[in-house]
Amino acid sequence: MLGKLSWSAIPLDQPIPLIAAGVVLALLLGVIGWVTVKGYVPYLWREWITSVDHKKIGIMYVLLGLVMLIRGFSDAILMRSQHVLAYMAPGYLPPEHYNQIFSAHGAIMIFFGAMPFTIGLMNYVVPLQLGVRDVAFPTLNSVSFWLTASGALLVNISLVVGEFARTGWLPYPPLSELAYSPGVGVDYYLWAIQISGVGTLMSGINLVTTILKMRAPGMNYLRMPMFCWTSLASNLLIVAAFPILTATLGMLTLDRYLGFHFFTNDGGGNMMMFMNLIWAWGHPEVYILVLPAFGVFSEVVSTFSSKPLFGYRSMVLATMVICLLSFMVWLHHFFTMGAGPNVNAFFGMMSMIIAVPTGVKIFNWLFTMYGGRIRFTTPMLWSIAFMVVFVVGGATGVLTAIPPADFVLHNSMFLVAHFHNVIVGGVVFGLFAGLTYWFPKAFGFQLDETWGKRAFWLGVVGFVVTFVPFYAAGLLGMTRRLQRYDVASWYPWMIAAGIGTLIILAGVVCQVVQLVVSIRRRVALQDVWGDPWDGRSLEWATSSPPPFFNFAVLPDVRDEEPYWTIKQKARETLQLSATPDYEDIEMPRNSATGFVCAFFSTVIGFALIWHIWWMAIVGFIGAYATFVVFAWRNRVEELIPAAEVARIDVRNREARERALAAYGVRQREGVPA
Amino acid sequence: MSQSTGTGGGIAGQSESDREQMDRHGGVHDLAPGDEPASGEEVASGVRGYLVGLALAAALTVASFVTANGSFVWGPAIPAAIVVLAVAQMGVHLVFFIHITTSPDNVNNVLALAFGVLICILVIGGSLWIMYNLNTNMLPMQMPGMPGGTGN
Repeated sequence: MLGKLSWSAIPLDQPIPLIAAGVVLALLLGVIGWVTVKGYVPYLWREWITSVDHKKIGIMYVLLGLVMLIRGFSDAILMRSQHVLAYMAPGYLPPEHYNQIFSAHGAIMIFFGAMPFTIGLMNYVVPLQLGVRDVAFPTLNSVSFWLTASGALLVNISLVVGEFARTGWLPYPPLSELAYSPGVGVDYYLWAIQISGVGTLMSGINLVTTILKMRAPGMNYLRMPMFCWTSLASNLLIVAAFPILTATLGMLTLDRYLGFHFFTNDGGGNMMMFMNLIWAWGHPEVYILVLPAFGVFSEVVSTFSSKPLFGYRSMVLATMVICLLSFMVWLHHFFTMGAGPNVNAFFGMMSMIIAVPTGVKIFNWLFTMYGGRIRFTTPMLWSIAFMVVFVVGGATGVLTAIPPADFVLHNSMFLVAHFHNVIVGGVVFGLFAGLTYWFPKAFGFQLDETWGKRAFWLGVVGFVVTFVPFYAAGLLGMTRRLQRYDVASWYPWMIAAGIGTLIILAGVVCQVVQLVVSIRRRVALQDVWGDPWDGRSLEWATSSPPPFFNFAVLPDVRDEEPYWTIKQKARETLQLSATPDYEDIEMPRNSATGFVCAFFSTVIGFALIWHIWWMAIVGFIGAYATFVVFAWRNRVEELIPAAEVARIDVRNREARERALAAYGVRQREGVPA
Repeated sequence: MSQSTGTGGGIAGQSESDREQMDRHGGVHDLAPGDEPASGEEVASGVRGYLVGLALAAALTVASFVTANGSFVWGPAIPAAIVVLAVAQMGVHLVFFIHITTSPDNVNNVLALAFGVLICILVIGGSLWIMYNLNTNMLPMQMPGMPGGTGN
C-alpha cells in the first residue's frame, strides 16, 4: 500500500536531523497557524499564490532563494564545525550523515538557492526594464515557480522522511546506481531536480520569448539595458542546457527503477558518459547563474558612477561570446577521466579563452567607474568586492584549466576554494547587490544602509577568511569531502575556515536584522517618487512599487538610456511630459493552475521516490486534469478601464511633479544635484 | 504563441493599440510558425502546401527503404545515401510543416533553429569525440562476464 515507506524511514535514532526537522516543522506550522488565525489566507491566496503578476512571482522566487540559501548555509556550518572537531577524532557527524550534508549543501545552494534567486530577479526586473506589462506567458510563469518550490519541498522532506543522496551534489554513477545506493536518497535527488528542472526550463522559454518578442516601442536589441542582454544569454543557455540535465537524470532514473544499463558497471553501461553529459549541462549552468549577476553589476556600477555603461556594445558582444563558449569547455570538469592529450589540450585552451570576454567585462566596469562620481552604497560595495574577489577566482580558474595542473588539483580543497570563489564572489555578491538595488522598487522603501554595510563587511571578510584557507589546505594535499583527517598541517587552516564561517554567520544575521530594521523604519526609508538611486533604465520610470500593469502608457524608447533621457528633458524644462491619453489595458487573470499543478507534482515525486505506484497515478491524473481545466477556461484577461489607469497614474505623476519641483529649488539655490 | 491557445493567453497585458504601436516602431513584427492570419484563399494554398509536403516526405521515406533493401545503390554507399535522404527529409519538414522561410518576419525562428543546431553539433560531436578518445586511451578490458564494457 505505501511502497517502501514505513516508520523506519523517520530517523528516530539520529538526534541532529530530528531536532533540525522538528524546529523547521514547528516554524512552518507556527507560520501557517498564525496566518490562519489572523485571517490572511484569502489575501495570500488571491494576491500571491494564484497571482500571475511577474513582479509577485519574482518576489516569491527571491524569497524561496533566500530561505534556501540559509538552509544551505546551515549545512555549511555543520561541515565547517565538523572539520574543526574531526582532526584525529571522529567529530560529531557520522560518515553517512556527513555525506548527505555535503550533497545537500551543493544541491540546495545551486538548484534551490542561487537558481530561484537569479530567476526571481530576472522575473521581476526584465519586463520593467523592457517597458512592458508582463512576461510572454504569465500563467506558465506561475507554474514554473510552483514547480521549483515543489522540488525544494521534496529535498526538505528528505530531511525527516528517509534520507538524502550521499553521492555529492551531482550523483556520479556507479555510486548512485541501485547496487551501491539502495536507499531513497538518490531518488529524492532525482525527482526533486527533475520537477524543479522542468520549472526552470519553462521559465527560460518564457523569458527568452519575453525579451525577443515583447519590448516597448522603439526598444530595439541595442537599446536594451545590459541586464536584459545577460538575462537573454542566461535564458538561452537554460533552454539549450536543461534538457541535457533532464535526459541524463532520466537515464539514471531508468537505471535505478527499470533495470536499464546506461551508466552501470555491467551490461554494456558506461558511467563515463554520465560525467560527460552532466557537465555538458553543468558548465553552461555556471554561466546561467553568473551572467545575470554580471548584468546586475553593469546596472549598479553605471547607476552609482552616474555614467552610462562604458563599452555597451563590447559588453553585449562579450555576453554573447560567453553564451556560446560556455558550451565548449565542459571537459575541464573531468580532465583526469582519461581522455588523450589532444582532447584535454583543446578543452584546456577553450577554458582559458572564455576568461577573455569576462576580462573585457571587468575592464568595462572599471572604465565605467573611471572619472565617475561614485556613490558607495551597499549595492556598489558588493559590486566592487565582486570585482576583486572574482578576478582571484578567475585566475585560479585559468590555473586549473591547465590539464597538468588540474591533475594535481582535481578534487582537492583548492578546487572547492576556486568554485566558491567564483560562485559566492560572482553570483551571490551579485544577487545581494541586485536585492539591495531593486528592493525599493519592489516594496516602496529602501533597505537600511547601516545594517547593509555591516552585512557587507562581515560577509566579504568572512568569505575571505573561510576560503583562502581552502586554497592553502588544497595545496597541502587535502582532498574534498573528507569526514575526518589526521594531517597536522591542515588543522590550523580548518580552524581558520571555521572562524571565517562564524564571521559569515554574523553577516547573515546582519542581513536579517537589516530586513527587520528596514521594515520597522519603512516610513522614514520610503521611496516617494520611484527613483531613489537616480537610475537610468525604465524600471525607475514607474512608481515604487509599480502598479500591477507596470506602465500606464508604454514608454517610447529613443536611445540606450530611455529613462535618463526622459528625466534630463524634464529637468531642463522643469516640467513633466504632457499627460498621456490613457487607454483600457488588458491584464491576464489570476490562476490557481500553478499551485495545483505543483501540488500534484509533489504527490507524484513523493510517490515515485517511495514506490507508491497508485499514488503516482493519482498525481498524474490530477496534474493532467489541472491542465485540461486551464485549457478550457473561458475568460483569459481582465480589462482595466482607462479611468482606473488614469486614477492610479495621477499619483505617480504628482510624486514626480514634487520631486521635480524640489530639484528646481535645489538648482536655483546652487546645491549640486 | 497564438492568441487563444498559448499558455497564459498570448502576449499579456497589451491592448491592440499597444501592439500596433510596437509594430510601427519596432519595424517588422515577426510571427510564430503557423501563426499567420488565415483568409479564404490562403487556407487553400496552405492546405496545398501541407499536401505537397506530405507527398515529398512520403516519397523520401519510401526512397530510403528502397535504398536500404535493394541493390539500387552501390553497397558501401548505402549509409551515405540514407544520410542524404534524411537531411532532405528534415528540409521538407522545416519548409512545409514548420514553415521556416527566409522572409524578414522569420528571423527569430531561423536564428532559434541555427542556435539549436549549433548546440546539438557541439554537444553530440563533442561527446562522440570525447568518448572515442577516452575509449582508445583506456586499457583493454579483459574481465570475464562483462560483455561490451567500456574498453576494447
